[in-house]
Formats: sequence, C-alpha cells, structure tokens
Amino acid sequence: MVVAELTREQIFDWLTEVPDPEIPVLSITDLGIVRDIEVGAEVCVSLSPTYSGCPATEVIEQSVMNTLRHRGLDNIRIKRSLSPPWTTDWISDAGREKLRQYGIAPPEAGGSKRALLDGTRLIACPRCESQASELISEFGSTPCKASYRCTDCREPFEYFKCL
Amino acid sequence: MTENEALLAYTLRLGDNALITAQRMVERVAGEPELEEELANANFALDYLGQARMFYSYAGELEGEGRTEDDFAYLRDGQEFRNLLLLEQPNGHFGDSIVRQFLFESFYLLQLEALAACGDQRLAEIAVRAGKEIRYHLRHAGHWLVRLGDGSEESHGRVQRSLDDVWRFTSEFFAADDVDVQIKEAINGPDLGRIAAAWRKQVAVVLEEATLSTPEDVSIAKGGRQGHHSEHLGYLIAEMQHLQRANPGATW
Repeated sequence: MVVAELTREQIFDWLTEVPDPEIPVLSITDLGIVRDIEVGAEVCVSLSPTYSGCPATEVIEQSVMNTLRHRGLDNIRIKRSLSPPWTTDWISDAGREKLRQYGIAPPEAGGSKRALLDGTRLIACPRCESQASELISEFGSTPCKASYRCTDCREPFEYFKCL
Repeated sequence: MTENEALLAYTLRLGDNALITAQRMVERVAGEPELEEELANANFALDYLGQARMFYSYAGELEGEGRTEDDFAYLRDGQEFRNLLLLEQPNGHFGDSIVRQFLFESFYLLQLEALAACGDQRLAEIAVRAGKEIRYHLRHAGHWLVRLGDGSEESHGRVQRSLDDVWRFTSEFFAADDVDVQIKEAINGPDLGRIAAAWRKQVAVVLEEATLSTPEDVSIAKGGRQGHHSEHLGYLIAEMQHLQRANPGATW
C-alpha cells in the first residue's frame, strides 16, 4: 500500500479496533492512549503507557503492529510517549459509557487532582446507579481498579481508579 | 566525572532502588495476611518493576554501549548495584515491610517531585509518571502504619521495634556524594538537604498519629550507593538472577 495515500484519521479509525487486553470492551482509542500518529516514509504511532508496570503495554504494542500489518502496512514504528503522562481523564465519554455497561464504574472526570486527596468519594453502582456504595478494597483484579459493593442492589463491582 | 557519567550513575541508582524494592515485594507474593494486601503488594511491585525498566532503558541509552534493561537487572554482580541499604533488608513480618515502604516512599516521592522539575527531560518525564504511582503507595503504607502503631498493644510494640531496627538506614537517603552534587548543579536535581528537612517533618506527622516515637539517630549505616552492601543483597540477587545464571541468554 502506498503510505502517502493514508491519512492519520484512517489509521486512527483502524486503531479503534484494537482492544485493551485487560478490559476488552474498551479500545485503545477509548482509553485515550493513542497520543500521536505520524505518516511519512513510515507510520509512527505514539502510545502512552497507563501505569509504569502495566503488563498490557507490550501486548497492546503487538496488537497495534498486527492490526496495521493486516491492513497492508509494513513500515510501522511504535513509540512510547511518557509526557504528558496518561491520566484517567483521557478516557473518552464513549469509553466511560462502555465501562459502565460492562459493569465497571468509570473514573470520575477531573479525578486526577481529587485522587490525591483522601476524601470520601461517591461512586455510582454501574448496575442500579445507586450512590450508596462502599469501598471493599483500594485494589482489584488489575492495578487500575478498586473493589466496591453497592449497598442497595448488593452487587459487588469494580471501579476504575482516578489517576 | 562528565555530566553524562553522573547522569548515568544517578539513573542507575534510581533503577536499582526500584528493582530491589520490586524484588523484595515479589518475595511477599502469596504471603500477605489478607487478600486486599495481596493485591496491593503485587500491584505495587509491578509499578516498581515498570519504573526500574524505564530507568534502565534510559541508562542503556546514556551509556551507549548497547546494554538493555535485562543486562542491568540480570547480568551485574551485587557490588555493581547502587541501591539504598534499607531496600535490600529482609522483609521480616508485615509490619517490618510497611515500615520500610513508608520510610523509603516518603523519601522517594520527594525525590521524584524534585526530579519532575529538573533540567533533564527524560528523567523529569519518568519522575512525573512514577510520582503518580508512589503517591498512592505512600498513602497505603501510611494508613497501615497508623493502624498498626495506634492499634493493639502487641501491634504497637512490634511496629515500634520495626522502626527502631531500620531507622539507622534512613540517613543514607540524604548523604550526598559527588554524583548527587553534580546532578544538583548540572540539571537542577534534588537538593538533598531540603528533602531531608521535608522528610523529617512529614514522617514525624505520621509517626505522631501512629503514636510511635521517632528513634534517635545513633548509628548510621550507609554505602549502598558506593556498592558496599549488606550480606542480604547477595541472596536476593542470587534468586533474582538464577534463571539467567543457569541458562545464559535464555529468552521466552
């Protein structure tokens, strides 16, 4: 394929098909980790890691390579972009809605600063929307989630932590 | 020492601190007192491992001899590591580990905050990323220290002993050598004198809330940053590097 004919929008659109390996309902574009796409002699995709030690980082890079190769590109470079650092504010509105439907309470927007404060947060249950929830554990099945329980519908659920 | 050499030495120290801490935390996996702590510990260990990788990758570029993050982690001997002595001390019981994490992370966060504003762009970027994580860790360690210190008579006594045991390793955080001095001057790096004052103040607040008494500075143990380690590091490294030592060059 002639690279010059491609637009960044086209490549971004292809990347909407790449799922986050830990929360497959989200694509990497929903997650907001695709920082930049440069189209030239090669296609360079800049990705931001979510957490320093996130084991998904390499899987995601491989998936991006595979997806673009599948589309006929062969000159692809992946760049890790550390600055500015990813925060949960970069998750798109569509991504937040997908999380909710998947049963994970999305992070509050503007949470990056509030996350530093030790205040009580009201987290709405993704199933019944009640805000009567309680923290079970600051930690969950992956580094990015905490465990909560809804005291109305009694369902436990995960909350995507603000960062 | 050129600026590049100082930067390389400094970056390796940061990487070694993170890697040795990660390895000690990994030793605790499946040994935590409750499930929540199991998740916290494993998640935090991953953060440290990720930070170590970022520092080592940068060190490899600064050195320019093609060494990778794996070379730094798996193919160096004990005396080549430049981590702080506190971090290589054995885990002990849960309270011992909490005290170690609390004392170190109170320092590390201040160090990262200072680095976030330094003149070396790459170190500053890593420091911003890592600082977000360590802030969360520190909150967790601080909560536990208060729960244990202001808990039962038994927990109070045990965690006070933990504190007394490792206090002598904390002065090493602030003992500036020529690398620190050069980093401060060349890239506007951390001012260890200022950090020491802030650290003492912050630690005192939490210790007071935990009803623990601040130990006195009687003896000082240092030398980790010069490669003079306690006997414990050798065992840690032997386990960490076993696979590469037994099967050189193995990949998977």
